[in-house]
Amino acid sequence: MWDYLKLIVLGSIAVLAAIASNYGHDLAYQVNAIVVMLAAGLTFIWTLRTMGEPKRINRNEYMDGVVRAGVIATTFWGVVGFLVGVVIAFQLAYPALNFEWSQGILNFGRLRPLHTSAVIFAFGGNALIMSSFYIVQRTSAARLWGGNLAWFVFWGWQLMIVLAATSYVLGGTSGKEYAETVWYIDLWITVVWLAFLAVFMGTLINRKEPHIYVANWFLLSMIVTIAMLHLGNNLAIPVSIFSSQAVQVTAGVQDAMIQWWYGHNAVGFFLTAGFLGMMYYFVPKQAERPVFSYKLSIIHFWALIFLYIWAGPHHLHYTALPDWASTLGMTFSVMLWMPSWGGMINGLMTLSGAWDKLRTDPIIRMMVVSVGFYGMSTFEGPMMSIKAVNSLSHYTDWTIGHVHSGALGWNGMITFGALYFLTPRLWNRDGLYSLKLVSWHFWLATIGIVLYASAMWVTGIMEGLMWREVDANGFLVNAFADTVSAKFPMYVVRGLGGVMFLTGAIIMAYNLYMTVRAQPAKAAANANNFVPAE
Amino acid sequence: METYSLLREFADSWMLLLLVLIFLGTVFWAWRPGSRKLHDEAAKSIFRNELKPAGGGAPAPARSEREA
Repeated sequence: MWDYLKLIVLGSIAVLAAIASNYGHDLAYQVNAIVVMLAAGLTFIWTLRTMGEPKRINRNEYMDGVVRAGVIATTFWGVVGFLVGVVIAFQLAYPALNFEWSQGILNFGRLRPLHTSAVIFAFGGNALIMSSFYIVQRTSAARLWGGNLAWFVFWGWQLMIVLAATSYVLGGTSGKEYAETVWYIDLWITVVWLAFLAVFMGTLINRKEPHIYVANWFLLSMIVTIAMLHLGNNLAIPVSIFSSQAVQVTAGVQDAMIQWWYGHNAVGFFLTAGFLGMMYYFVPKQAERPVFSYKLSIIHFWALIFLYIWAGPHHLHYTALPDWASTLGMTFSVMLWMPSWGGMINGLMTLSGAWDKLRTDPIIRMMVVSVGFYGMSTFEGPMMSIKAVNSLSHYTDWTIGHVHSGALGWNGMITFGALYFLTPRLWNRDGLYSLKLVSWHFWLATIGIVLYASAMWVTGIMEGLMWREVDANGFLVNAFADTVSAKFPMYVVRGLGGVMFLTGAIIMAYNLYMTVRAQPAKAAANANNFVPAE
Repeated sequence: METYSLLREFADSWMLLLLVLIFLGTVFWAWRPGSRKLHDEAAKSIFRNELKPAGGGAPAPARSEREA
């Protein structure tokens, strides 16, 4: 009965999407409608073909299928996102790579949101969903709540990614950085995200462990806060139901403040709190020792929650934003340094007494470097939020360097560590295919990040100094184009850093594939509680 | 007084005080005497239930395979 209802709904969606595609006012909308039609059609066929099959659910097993899918998706979108990043890095160095034949689709302006969304929401988002589903089950000792709702979250998120990608390259955008998705994709994100919240909360409520482990606190705060930020930032009224255009409810400086309240907390809760949840689970697990100080982790959590939400205005120093708001943002950003370093120390000191593992275990090495980059970016960030520093760094490549030392170093490395941790466990293999390849990945990625970040420091500070340089009569010395040509060598180095990072990720994809493919499976987990006769 | 000024004044006085006190409360709560045992127990909880959910049928082994 339930299946018939699903078929009716999916069929209607496919037909309505076809009609919408026909009436659509702009190309991005029309193509998105076709994507929705195809997705609904495929789900329709799949539902039809699996109808009537008996559904067996072993309540005594964890729901790991969706986590395995998450591992594959995270790896895939990671490689795609890094590849687009490398392409646009070289487009900046060599503008001729903005080919005439691909203008309006594959030029820098169209690919840039594709890159940022692919790495943050496709790679990072899948990493978070995958880790949440894995961690919440293990730490609650309960199977995921909601049956196939977890699969809805997974496929819903992939559909969102495809919709956003096709929309961006065809010019669909809401004009908000890191939230470029247009109104109907925003609505879809809300639906998927609330389903994610339901699965996570449901599992927590069903937990068999008395205490909610701290990683779950971070993950839950990530889910709740992102829902709030997403809704607050994307309040817009569509021009027409058949158009991707929408008009923002707020305007001017209010809109800018809401955008960066969203933007900075997307960093704070999506890329920090969520990934800290990963750190508090995967680092102790891989080190095989409990976290250094559980008390410190609690204080780390509450300090982040209380401080992060106020830091947004530091993106708007020396603008129309009132001075007090800008000072408030700066003050809270500087205060954030303390809990961030508390968390970093907690992560690093988890290894105390097991530092020898750094020599033997490249996965631990990856996680430690990741936590190190977390510490470095959370020092750099507060420093850059100080108004005097910001007057030099703002609008320069220094910001880009800062973002990437956080994103590649912290988010990327901890995710790689998690993928290496999860793959043998989820596919029931004895270990990874090759630790040597992990070491290759580690060094390529680390050197790549160092090249990237140092190139951006040099070019950022140079650019900032060139912009403010005046001669004895008070005239500006440099034209904007002078800074552009001066930056060329650093742009090439940055591109090469990106190539190294991408190569590392491809090596990881091969290693993970071979782990599953070429390794024999271990004896199956004893899912039915059979007790060996001894 | 218009709404903005009123809210502004409330926000940077009583509300700020309240939030600081709540934050300090969580810190003291974390460090309260007698919580060490609970926290050590919670920190070690990730090494249980690695392979399957707890409960149901025969008692689940409390530790992961790795440790056994």
